[in-house]
Amino acid sequence: MQKKRNVAVFLENREKGFADVSIELLGKGRKLADTLKGKLVAYVAGHGLQGLKRLGEYGVDRVIYVESEVLSFYRTLPYARAILAMVKKSPPYILLFGATTIGRDLAPRVASSLRAGLTADCTELEIGDYKIGKLNYSDILLQIRPAWGGNIIATIVSPTSFPSMATVREGVMVPPPIQKGREAEVEKVEVKFSPSDLVTDILKRVVSEKKSDLKDARIIIGAGMGAANEQSMKLIFKLARLLKAEVGGSRPLVDAGLLDKDRQIGQTGVTVRPNLYIACGISGQIQHLAGISDAKRILAINIDPEAPIFQVAHYKIVGDLNEVIPLLIEAYHEVLSSERAT
Amino acid sequence: MIVLVKQVPDTSNITDNAMKEDGTVNREALPAIINPEDLCALEEALKIKETIGGEITVISMGPPKAEDALRYCLAMGAHRAILLSDRKFAAADTLATSYTLTKAIEKVGDFDLILCGRQAIDGDTAQVGPQVAEKLSINQFTFVQEIIEITNQEIVVKREIPGGYEIAKAPLPILLTITKESNIPRPPSVKRATAVKALRAQAPEEKKQKGISIELWDHKYIGAQEDRCGLKGSATRVKKVESVVLTTREVREYSCTIESIKDLVQGLVKEHILG
Repeated sequence: MQKKRNVAVFLENREKGFADVSIELLGKGRKLADTLKGKLVAYVAGHGLQGLKRLGEYGVDRVIYVESEVLSFYRTLPYARAILAMVKKSPPYILLFGATTIGRDLAPRVASSLRAGLTADCTELEIGDYKIGKLNYSDILLQIRPAWGGNIIATIVSPTSFPSMATVREGVMVPPPIQKGREAEVEKVEVKFSPSDLVTDILKRVVSEKKSDLKDARIIIGAGMGAANEQSMKLIFKLARLLKAEVGGSRPLVDAGLLDKDRQIGQTGVTVRPNLYIACGISGQIQHLAGISDAKRILAINIDPEAPIFQVAHYKIVGDLNEVIPLLIEAYHEVLSSERAT
Repeated sequence: MIVLVKQVPDTSNITDNAMKEDGTVNREALPAIINPEDLCALEEALKIKETIGGEITVISMGPPKAEDALRYCLAMGAHRAILLSDRKFAAADTLATSYTLTKAIEKVGDFDLILCGRQAIDGDTAQVGPQVAEKLSINQFTFVQEIIEITNQEIVVKREIPGGYEIAKAPLPILLTITKESNIPRPPSVKRATAVKALRAQAPEEKKQKGISIELWDHKYIGAQEDRCGLKGSATRVKKVESVVLTTREVREYSCTIESIKDLVQGLVKEHILG
């Protein structure tokens, strides 16, 4: 067992600051560190890094960073080298990455080098015990993730290898509260890169602006194949404007080209946690349900009274979307105007 | 070229009879298929073979029945197939799997390119590829959507990055993980399938046929340390597995009338969920 039980989070640098998932991980990381009575450490790699002390406001106790021109954009080999140097400088008990295409490129490389256990795409992390035979491991990281196409939830542990590593899905952890004025200790690590680390050339990079913001939406209208026609989609967007809701959808609808990929909700899309999820013509495949299980309320509208979505819904309306949505719009206007009148 | 493939249960087609009474998945009841993105990786290798040449060796780690998967790869056009099958390899996590695959790749020796699927549908980890690349100390391109250009010295790919894509170039050797956007894999050729049909895995020393063969390798043959393979070599353990139980709760049903839907909206506004 290691003496210092610090939790380290790799922060992904984006053009406009750190990635959302990195900040979300600081929220979780802080809680894990408190449970372990350890420090929360942030690993940062990049070029022209500034204001690292202010990461203290996000609950970070200590920032370890590598500054180099070769890190000004992400490439596997120099970043892996930088992370390994930071791990060596301050070996953590737990090491977390966002499950982005960067985190999932980098974390296995690092884990392979450290011969550490790594669990992919976790949706929950806890500190707990693991008993096997006569052995009892206490205060270890429980890495919880869906598997088998979302049909099971597995709890994975790495009791004997350190650090315990995990990549964590975007949009599932809650960002930390901001503690104004709190400062983190900052420490720089020098890394020597070899020419063989720098063999990859990036010829072009295209990053499109996000068109939707499902993760933070309070009300989301989800469209399924039952809404796969122009009239229904128009009604859904009309209702969304009225309710100030975001529109998301199931994978088949996205695959059919009726909705942008970044609006896909479910196991292979975004996980959402709105106060109200209005499922329109969504049958309720398990892969989709995995993405909406944190919704506080679910209103399901479907023409098929046996649709599985009704098993998770709080409110059920069996009927044709093209009739129900106009009624919802009308009802909303009427209720609001009578509220205002009183 | 080396292509890494895995035989997986078809998790995309889980039907009621594949669920046990306790709600967990009955692995045995699912048809075994080749992981779909691994076939995309093999397809890319075949396209490269057809443009600039090269030999394709397919490697799979799995139980003896994974031979079926390798036979399929040979029928698609791979030259050589190796099955890493040994009780010592069982219950491996990604770390132990990558160690075993790395030892086998080192045994094969010469390669310019290693291709594998982005991730397997039974685990969805996407870890084994990068872990193998690290152990071999070679470069990697993950999430490859398209191979734009390849010569005997270097490769240019289009790969997914957060919020978009990049075009990247690197010298060989390199490991690629291929996504399903890359291609639609070809069906196996009937002629090759017939030739392959009779094949059974054979121990390496007995390997006599040239051109088409399935070789059976164990931990001794690849010089792997026992304690780094299988469950022993795994850093992770499964503490518990729960099936996703969708809790049924009280559902309030509303009818398709304005009065009924007004009731619903009123309730939601009262709870400050709407409005």
